[in-house]
Amino acid sequence: MFELIGVSPQALFGQLLLGLINGAFYALLSLGLAVIFGLMNVINFTHGAQYMMGAFCSYMLLAYFGIPFWGALVLAPIIVGITGIIIERIFISRLYHLDHLYGLLLTFGLALIIEGLFRQQYGSSGLPYTNPIPGGTNLGFMFLPWYRGFIVVFSLVVCLGTWFMIEKTKLGSYLRAATERPDLVQAFGINVPRMITLTYGFGVGLAGLAGVLAAPIYSVNPVMGSYLIIVVFAVVVIGGMGSILGSILTGFGLGVVEGLTKVFYPEASNTVIFIIMAIVLMLRPQGLFGTPK
Amino acid sequence: MEPRNNRTLQVFAVLVALGLVAPFVVYPVFLMKVLCFALFACAFNLLIGYVGLLSFGHAMFFGFAAYISGYTVKVLGWPTEVGILAGTGVAAALGLVVGAIAIRRQGIYFAMVTLALSQMVFFFCLQAKFTGGEDGIQAIPRRPLFGVLNLTNDFVFYYVVLAIFCIGFLMIWRTIHSPFGQVLKAIRENEPRAISLGYAVDRFKLIAFVLSAALAGLAGATKAIVFQLASLTDVTWQMSGEVVLMTLVGGMGTVFGPIVGAGIIITMQNYLAGFGEWVLVIQGAIFVVTVLLFRRGIVGEIMALAQNLGRRGKPAAEPAAVQGHPAE
Repeated sequence: MFELIGVSPQALFGQLLLGLINGAFYALLSLGLAVIFGLMNVINFTHGAQYMMGAFCSYMLLAYFGIPFWGALVLAPIIVGITGIIIERIFISRLYHLDHLYGLLLTFGLALIIEGLFRQQYGSSGLPYTNPIPGGTNLGFMFLPWYRGFIVVFSLVVCLGTWFMIEKTKLGSYLRAATERPDLVQAFGINVPRMITLTYGFGVGLAGLAGVLAAPIYSVNPVMGSYLIIVVFAVVVIGGMGSILGSILTGFGLGVVEGLTKVFYPEASNTVIFIIMAIVLMLRPQGLFGTPK
Repeated sequence: MEPRNNRTLQVFAVLVALGLVAPFVVYPVFLMKVLCFALFACAFNLLIGYVGLLSFGHAMFFGFAAYISGYTVKVLGWPTEVGILAGTGVAAALGLVVGAIAIRRQGIYFAMVTLALSQMVFFFCLQAKFTGGEDGIQAIPRRPLFGVLNLTNDFVFYYVVLAIFCIGFLMIWRTIHSPFGQVLKAIRENEPRAISLGYAVDRFKLIAFVLSAALAGLAGATKAIVFQLASLTDVTWQMSGEVVLMTLVGGMGTVFGPIVGAGIIITMQNYLAGFGEWVLVIQGAIFVVTVLLFRRGIVGEIMALAQNLGRRGKPAAEPAAVQGHPAE
């Protein structure tokens, strides 16, 4: 079969795995965007910068405090989430009564500030981060590095955990209720503004977590987030932000499609997601999992 | 309507007069840069200020038109004026395609779609042969305009750029004060009502989008000849962000705001050129401060102040920009 399509199985499955890893990042980031958007109606342009902060945070924890990857995997998302909470309290919370476009402009400005500060400090070249689980196993049809397998499984667990929390728990039901009718939920004695702040912190923490996971396979550098966030925006448009499960599926799915494109038509691998976005907009403007308004 | 229109034209006449004497005081190449970006910002403002559409990918028209005019003038040897027109025309065609896709969503989705499509154009420019990849198209000749005007003379070229700017500006001014412009404003204020009144809303949006893309292209095509360079910088998302910043600082939805904003941002970049990455930090800070403290922008705040002084006691009208736009 592989002779028939002229591609070696190693190349095919290797790219599929890479696609799944990219998909894991798309899923984590678009999930964070969707959670934030659902409650706050803000498209968080700072998301890419916060992903980059997660990677840097894990680099700094190792370099300055000697805290290894596994510690950073817990600490860095919390630290990045706390910076998110501070940002929400100081800046974003002042814009809720205005048009949503102002939230976009504000978070874009914040992204420029954060990226500029890191570039000023660390330059644009990457910093290395050692692989915490070296080695791998030969599956016969391909070589599977342990760490790469770990990324896919771990992010899938985090995504499904988030889905479970939002769709199946009491806390999640408050969240969904506040998304629909914040005023009514507030009237029942639930502190909605605090919930919004914590939700933003959580969404940002997911971005930070993706950054920690990315640090060992991509070099840690200040511009790693700004390109990725544009692709994630396209992923969000394709999936529609209405459904949590939808954004997870779209993220992983598009990662795989991108990986396959790298095998069969590498020239288009950078643009395939944007092309899919254009097609989806023509056929189903509300997105694959969105509800028409 | 009439007296306000007259006042706008009076202000414009004063600005043109200033523009005519400016090159005797300020370096003409700097002024040409300001004028190109002012036209770019005015074109962007047509969408955000008068249709309520935030395009986060306008650099694709600006930068792609720069490549087209650079390529046609340098490699194909076309006359300057034809090269600029070719850039403008291709930008309009690109605007037609992008606009047809992007207007299917509103609000922040529109911003994300235009950003993503402009990234696609960026990758196209990076990979295509005719753009020269990372090098861009360099040493684009400044051939005489219409075979007569010597563009290698910065003074002469400045007045040509001033004329191009005035044509573009008057086209925008004419558009927003026409019945067509009134329909655009109606769409911005209340799209469902405009639909129920029988307007083909999508067609109006698309025409406005193509016009805006074409004028952004005109600005980019002219800039390529002025600086004799078309490069990837002009198609990046950072460039799209810059034009948003210029318009925001000057005042979204004000006629002169984008010109003021372009002047301020370009001047700032000139003075801060040696500060490296701080430019990015400062631009981001300006975004944040403007959004939090003076959303009307400089010209918008001045107009509100004048209005307040005019009829003391009455609160000034909210900015005409995106504020009245219903949530999507």
